Amino acid sequence: MLRDKKAKTIMLYLSILIVAVAGPLILPQYTQQMAVLWVMVLMASTWDLLGGQMGYNSLGNITFFGAGMYVSAIVQISMFYDVGDYTSAFGAIKPVFTAQQYYMGLYLGIIVAGFASAVLALLFGTFMFGLRGPYFAIGTLGIAVAAGQLTGTIDYIGGGSGISMPFFPGAIAIRSLFFYGFCFVIAASAHFVLRGLYASQFGLAINAIRDDEDKAEAMGIPTLLYKQIGWAITAFFMGCIGAVFGNMVGFIEPVEVAFPTATFGIFMVAMALLGGKGTLWGPVIGAVLFHVVKELTWTLLLGWQWVALGLILIVNIVYFQEGLLGWFARKYPDKSCEEKPHE
Amino acid sequence: MIDNLKLLFVFAPTINVQLILDGIFIGAVFALSAYGLALVWGVMNVKNLAQGDFVILGGYIAFAMFPPLHHSGLSTWVIIPIIIMVTMAVMFVLGAIAYRLIIKRVIHQDMFTSLLATFGLSLLMQQVMNLIFGPEVQVIDAELPVLTAFDGFVTIPVIKVVSLVMALVLAIGVVVLMKTSRTGQAIRATAQNARAARVLGIDTDRIYSFTFSLNAAICGAAGVLVAMIWVIQPFYGITYSVRSFAIVTAAGLGNFPAVIGSGFGLGLIEQYTGIILGAEYQGAAAVVMLLLVLIWRQFKLRRNRQVMR
Repeated sequence: MLRDKKAKTIMLYLSILIVAVAGPLILPQYTQQMAVLWVMVLMASTWDLLGGQMGYNSLGNITFFGAGMYVSAIVQISMFYDVGDYTSAFGAIKPVFTAQQYYMGLYLGIIVAGFASAVLALLFGTFMFGLRGPYFAIGTLGIAVAAGQLTGTIDYIGGGSGISMPFFPGAIAIRSLFFYGFCFVIAASAHFVLRGLYASQFGLAINAIRDDEDKAEAMGIPTLLYKQIGWAITAFFMGCIGAVFGNMVGFIEPVEVAFPTATFGIFMVAMALLGGKGTLWGPVIGAVLFHVVKELTWTLLLGWQWVALGLILIVNIVYFQEGLLGWFARKYPDKSCEEKPHE
Repeated sequence: MIDNLKLLFVFAPTINVQLILDGIFIGAVFALSAYGLALVWGVMNVKNLAQGDFVILGGYIAFAMFPPLHHSGLSTWVIIPIIIMVTMAVMFVLGAIAYRLIIKRVIHQDMFTSLLATFGLSLLMQQVMNLIFGPEVQVIDAELPVLTAFDGFVTIPVIKVVSLVMALVLAIGVVVLMKTSRTGQAIRATAQNARAARVLGIDTDRIYSFTFSLNAAICGAAGVLVAMIWVIQPFYGITYSVRSFAIVTAAGLGNFPAVIGSGFGLGLIEQYTGIILGAEYQGAAAVVMLLLVLIWRQFKLRRNRQVMR
């Protein structure tokens, strides 16, 4: 039985790997869309670490996405040029990055972005985790909005007009495959890290925090430490993917690209809820479904797509809170191999 | 920044008068929408993130109504009260619809659900307004005169004075409604203990519906004033929501005089931030204030080993 289950899991991962590798090769014109899909899978999964497993509903995880984007941009540029000159002389001189400079800057930028975002999360955690429930949600939303507005006032990193990222040295077709691969690898590693965490003592501890934080603390769990580490892990992956996303888009700007509170910031919550929060696979399923629906509304309801998306959001939140996996677990309690979601 | 401070306190102290007046005029609008939020939050325990979008929607209803009324030759003094009343009526009905369809379903669930649902409502309203009215920044020009004082250093548009008076009248009206009327009594009873209120024969569902609609109407009226003294744009709503949250969190629930006071306070802070740090920081002032208030309040609680719930 146990071996059977293990074999099934391996089969599942293998089939996902095959689809992920075959996808951009069969449909090369959708490569960027599929890359965004992996970004969304990562966002929903890491949101669920706090929102679903730990009971802290953050509306501001997008802050780390934007922070990673900007940190990586600064690292990539400052290695070879002065950032202030680069952003202010935009267009006048064309800064050139050799292939070696580009790749070195990119790899270093992604790693530094991840760690910088994690440090930021530890810092925010010291004062944000005293807020519970809706106050935490409002406070984190406040951080995200403030981050967007304050970033727009710093001329050194381009202010409101943004930064144009260094050009990719290779061919266009290679470029999209390259970033697709990055998005997939980071999303997959985030998935396996979360999977390992949920199976470990860490998972039990954060579930205890979700169920009753006061009792968890009374049992000797260092709750603040666990919460900070949890948020830092989320932030690390959000920072890395932010760095990749910034380079993939090629142009970063505070409100729409780096800190999109009203789009990606809320989408990640909606995706986790749609699939079923508090489960490993729920956010993944939710993200895939949401992305497909989003792209369909984009093509079918041009002009009204945002209205349709808002409606889907409301219907999802108001009428379908339990999510797909939650619904499945309630409908077929014996068949669901997934751990039961939080009541 | 030092130059700006010098300007304020050494070279042209009369600018302070201008800033304080503007702070009071705009603070009155903030206080109105924050009062509505405090009402909904206190009575129904729903944190309405669509608050600012109700304000902007009210502004657009007035914006759509003003030109035909203006062309009909009526005096502006007649038009403004008419617009405010019609807008309030329309917003009351829209609030009731929003309650039926959305708020009613989330009111008994955990508070994050209501927060998220109203956030969804906010996105929806933004996009619908964007489709109907377009993304341009709009303003209602009531064509009232502008008064000046201190040799022209201080300008006081009459429309701002009118809006302040309207805001005061509205606030007094709502307070009187809450204190003296039978419905107000029922609302206060429901806020104190919904279950006991039900036992005593109060239809709490209707009270919730009325409270939410009243909030929408108050926001709508605030929106009319915003459209007349400032500007409206489909996506400006979130800043009003943030301001309302900052004000209510700073003042505490159920403390209505403090809500009004904090509203004026925030108006002043924004004006001074705008002139001292620069206009680009003015937008961030409200949200930074919200964060500071939250952090400050939970540091106070932490001393007693408590948290903000």
